[in-house]
Amino acid sequence: MTGWRAGIASAFLGVAIWQAIVWIGDLPKFILPGPGLVVETLWKSRVTIFDNALITLSEVLIGLFLGAVLGGLSAIGLAASPVARALVRPMLVFSQAIPVFALAPILTLWLGYGLWSKVAMALIIIYFPVTSSFFDALMRTNQDWVGLARVMGASGRRIMWHIRIPAALPGFASGLRLAAVYAPIGAIIGEWVGASKGLGYLMLLANGRAKIDLMFASLIVLAILTMCLHAATDMFCRKFLDRDQA
Amino acid sequence: MTKAPSLYMRGRAEIDDVSIFEGLSLNVVAGQWTCLLGSSGVGKSTVLKLFAGLGEHVDFEGEYGASDGALEGRIALMAQSDLLLPWLTVSENVALGAKLRAETPDPAKVAKVLERVGLSDKAARKPAELSGGQRQRVALARTLMEDRPVVLLDEPFSALDAKTRSRMQELTAEVLDGRTVLLVTHDPAEAARLGHVIHVMTEHGIEDVTPPTAAVPRSVEDPEALRVQASLLARLREDN
Repeated sequence: MTGWRAGIASAFLGVAIWQAIVWIGDLPKFILPGPGLVVETLWKSRVTIFDNALITLSEVLIGLFLGAVLGGLSAIGLAASPVARALVRPMLVFSQAIPVFALAPILTLWLGYGLWSKVAMALIIIYFPVTSSFFDALMRTNQDWVGLARVMGASGRRIMWHIRIPAALPGFASGLRLAAVYAPIGAIIGEWVGASKGLGYLMLLANGRAKIDLMFASLIVLAILTMCLHAATDMFCRKFLDRDQA
Repeated sequence: MTKAPSLYMRGRAEIDDVSIFEGLSLNVVAGQWTCLLGSSGVGKSTVLKLFAGLGEHVDFEGEYGASDGALEGRIALMAQSDLLLPWLTVSENVALGAKLRAETPDPAKVAKVLERVGLSDKAARKPAELSGGQRQRVALARTLMEDRPVVLLDEPFSALDAKTRSRMQELTAEVLDGRTVLLVTHDPAEAARLGHVIHVMTEHGIEDVTPPTAAVPRSVEDPEALRVQASLLARLREDN
């Protein structure tokens, strides 16, 4: 409850500072609109913002789902096979050295201006954190559990399924929590580079037409969307993946 | 359960070019408790790991095995840590072996072994809800569920408090009766209570000690067992 109250208080403080800057600096609304104007624009343009938010949200959700599935399967594959580790891990690390921004134009070229180039961006940006945190957890399996299972006559495959994967689910969960915050970044980058819909597109459009109030309104909606997504992912992880370590 | 075999091991072992033991000669009597007593670091756990088939990291020169053929699939293991999987219930943990071998666990048998260790009312609990002694009883039930003729015990009672430990020793001796048991321990009292045969393992090799005459498990007040315990401790203290 304290955390909840502190959150509200913190939001009020932020808005107050924002308003104070507008008043003290006497800034024109095309440089920094005040909170009041942004809320007004948010209400007036609610249909446009909602439609575009829906597009961004579906890109993020599909990217998150595919990234979680692909990342999860990759981690299991890497953990199961030393050959795969030797071949693929350097590649994964190298891929992290490429700025994702630089990939966006290529993805747009390959996948077009529609939904899938943004899904791909979201997927790429979350793939590494999901894979790496799940993989690390899979490699940290208590070796005494594995020894016991082997004495019981278990195959490597069944040890993976019944011991290593369930033991590593909390690690998978921490990857997913990160992914929930990263995925919207990927989708927005994708929309900036080339799109005709979505919050990122709307922000760029508003910015170009000096409608900074609309840009801020879209930004706020995006931030709220990301926070809700993170909260939902957190709830999902608590319910299905986390565990009080005994 | 098939007939309990005897076990033997003769040889030397190294891990990463560091000698663990040399000139070891050990016999584990069929259907009885053999206690391998030694201080930490003399390699008694390595002996156990080799018998369990978990000694890939050990360079072993020599021979070991069972009197009547391969050991694989005839061994159950119980360690100092209970190794219960925290996400499974007590009865699921007990039935783990069957699940890992893709067999269907027999619920009646699970219920029976849980009753045997006095935990019938805890079948649906998670390990985190149990005390240390109860958890080790679940581990014992899991060992019983495997129903193997050879049981390897790696200091299974050392994390328990004195009272729980003494009761757990009695229960384990009772339920594992008739199996070939190799108990690795650093506790002279435990060896004196439980060993039909007692070996002291030091860096110089293995020495036999005459066990007390009373039946296993010996009473905690058995004077002869207490004397053997004292002489075992004195023997351990002779080495650095």
